[in-house]
Amino acid sequence: MYVEMKGICKKFGNYEAAKNISFDIEKGKLVALLGPSGSGKTTILRILAGLETQDEGDVIIEGKVINDIPASKRGIGFVFQNYALFRYMTVYDNIAFGLKVQKMSKEKVHERVMEMISLIGLCGLEKRYPDQLSGGQRQRVAFARAIAPNPQLLLLDEPFAAIDAKVRKELRSWLKEMIRKVGITSIFVTHDQEEAVEVADDIIIINEGNLEQMGTPSEIYKHPETPFVANFIGTSIVLSDLSGFKGFEEIEKGKKVIVRPEFVEAFKSDNKKFHDLIPAAEEGVIEKIEFRGSYLEVTLKVGDVRLVTNRSLERRSISVGEKMYVLLHRIYVFDEGTAQRYKNSLLKDVDIELM
Amino acid sequence: MKKAGRRKGKVVIPGFGITMGITVSMLSILILIPLASVMAYSFKMSPFEFVKLITKPGVVNAFATSIGCAFVAAVINAVFGVMIAWVLVRYDFFGKRFIDGIIELPFALPTAVAGITLTKMYSDNGFLGKALERIGIKAAYTKIGIIIAMVFIGIPFVVRAIQPVLEKLPKSCEEAGLMLGASRAVIFRKIIFPEIMPPLLTGFGLALARGIGEYGSVIYISGNSEKNKTQVVSYIIMQKLNSGNVDYEGAAAIALILLIISFIMLFAINIVQHVASKRTSA
Repeated sequence: MYVEMKGICKKFGNYEAAKNISFDIEKGKLVALLGPSGSGKTTILRILAGLETQDEGDVIIEGKVINDIPASKRGIGFVFQNYALFRYMTVYDNIAFGLKVQKMSKEKVHERVMEMISLIGLCGLEKRYPDQLSGGQRQRVAFARAIAPNPQLLLLDEPFAAIDAKVRKELRSWLKEMIRKVGITSIFVTHDQEEAVEVADDIIIINEGNLEQMGTPSEIYKHPETPFVANFIGTSIVLSDLSGFKGFEEIEKGKKVIVRPEFVEAFKSDNKKFHDLIPAAEEGVIEKIEFRGSYLEVTLKVGDVRLVTNRSLERRSISVGEKMYVLLHRIYVFDEGTAQRYKNSLLKDVDIELM
Repeated sequence: MKKAGRRKGKVVIPGFGITMGITVSMLSILILIPLASVMAYSFKMSPFEFVKLITKPGVVNAFATSIGCAFVAAVINAVFGVMIAWVLVRYDFFGKRFIDGIIELPFALPTAVAGITLTKMYSDNGFLGKALERIGIKAAYTKIGIIIAMVFIGIPFVVRAIQPVLEKLPKSCEEAGLMLGASRAVIFRKIIFPEIMPPLLTGFGLALARGIGEYGSVIYISGNSEKNKTQVVSYIIMQKLNSGNVDYEGAAAIALILLIISFIMLFAINIVQHVASKRTSA
């Protein structure tokens, strides 16, 4: 493994920012540390960088324990949340800083800086000062500054947080492409699941200082291992009582059940396609319809339970108060920290994936 | 229709007329008119008389003493001011607030009080004076004494100019330097120092300007000896007004030179600030 964290613990007073965190990252991967704010994800990144010292545990890069190596000697690139560009240096000098520190010859510095500037597409702006750049341009400079000395690892702390929504999307794909191009192992911190799913090869989910799950975006999405992950990734509804739902009689009452919109199908009684499934479905009433741009988010009341489903705009129109059949074809059940997927037992013969 | 037309030019925030009026009259009464009168009085002399007066050895020496001592004092203040500001901003220690509070003491204290206290302490039988005497340094009634007094009155300018800038400097800038492999010394020189340079120059300039014109705190410790060249410019002006026949024109001529020096310094400070703000604003 290229980057390894082993049993990292860190306390700030009474607050435990990292509780026995361990993970491995393969060379060349782009990994997201995802978690809500205050979950400890930034602390983990800073420990890796050497800007924070762990109370316990080892940080290992390429098989070498680097606990006692100071941040300035670790050879790690770091992009700060606010970019932390040097205000009194031009774009050129900012990028050249890490190279000059290494006592590189002037010609080599110039060559590398110009290479970086053309890589980030800011040719002609090298004499500008950071305050004369837009947010997106500043991020590009921060990125170039971090990778100019050829670090073995790149860390990014909330790289998109300070940019407005429109530019953010563009920068995300830009950054992903850049990291691919440079081929550098990278870890970035984010609280935005959409961002993590879109950009990262692997996602590490952190909550309250615990590592909840690590895996590819689709693994995490399809097989959440903890209630927190199931809840945090995608949109979910948490239920505690499914008794009365056809096909789920075996689920004990009181267990934590998580339902996603894509596990719920709502159809009209005269729908031919789903006609055979009526025995496995419950009757419900539409309570709320919200337009979400490319689909409708429909809230249905089934008995005492509220379920949410997404409905394509191509389907027949519906209205609040309308009676519909609601088919619950899959759920997650959590028991003592482990997650299990349950299929509607009446649908055993039907291939759900084809629906 | 005519009324609507007039309204167009009105500023939304009320009170512009009255506040601007008061500002201009205050500026005129307190600053512009007295300064103009200084010029007017000194121009009563012929240019020949003017040059003759300000090239008198006593006057030239006084200027050399005032400017020289104020410059040395301002340099000392720049060095220690940065240190004091650094300590006050970067570290937490017992009594920090107290120390932070007494930085302004030289502003609040009557300069005469500072003057006699310093004189007493640094004179031959004062305890600091005795200690310095032992290593062969005579402080009171020499230029060293003048510099000590000027350091005392100038230090708040430097500390108070740098403090807010250091406070605002984000920690991540230093961390960025660290991640790029820079040593502490390089981080201070290349990242922190450029940030505090403009306020440092401002503080230095203000301390220098204050030192050149200083009277109250310097007058006791300097000894005012023409022979030892410990007369400062303000003392020369005072002398001109104290002697049997009051030489107001002569005093005004010297004052005019002081005034010109002050303006040049203010101008220089403004240029420094302008250049600095050019870099850090779009």
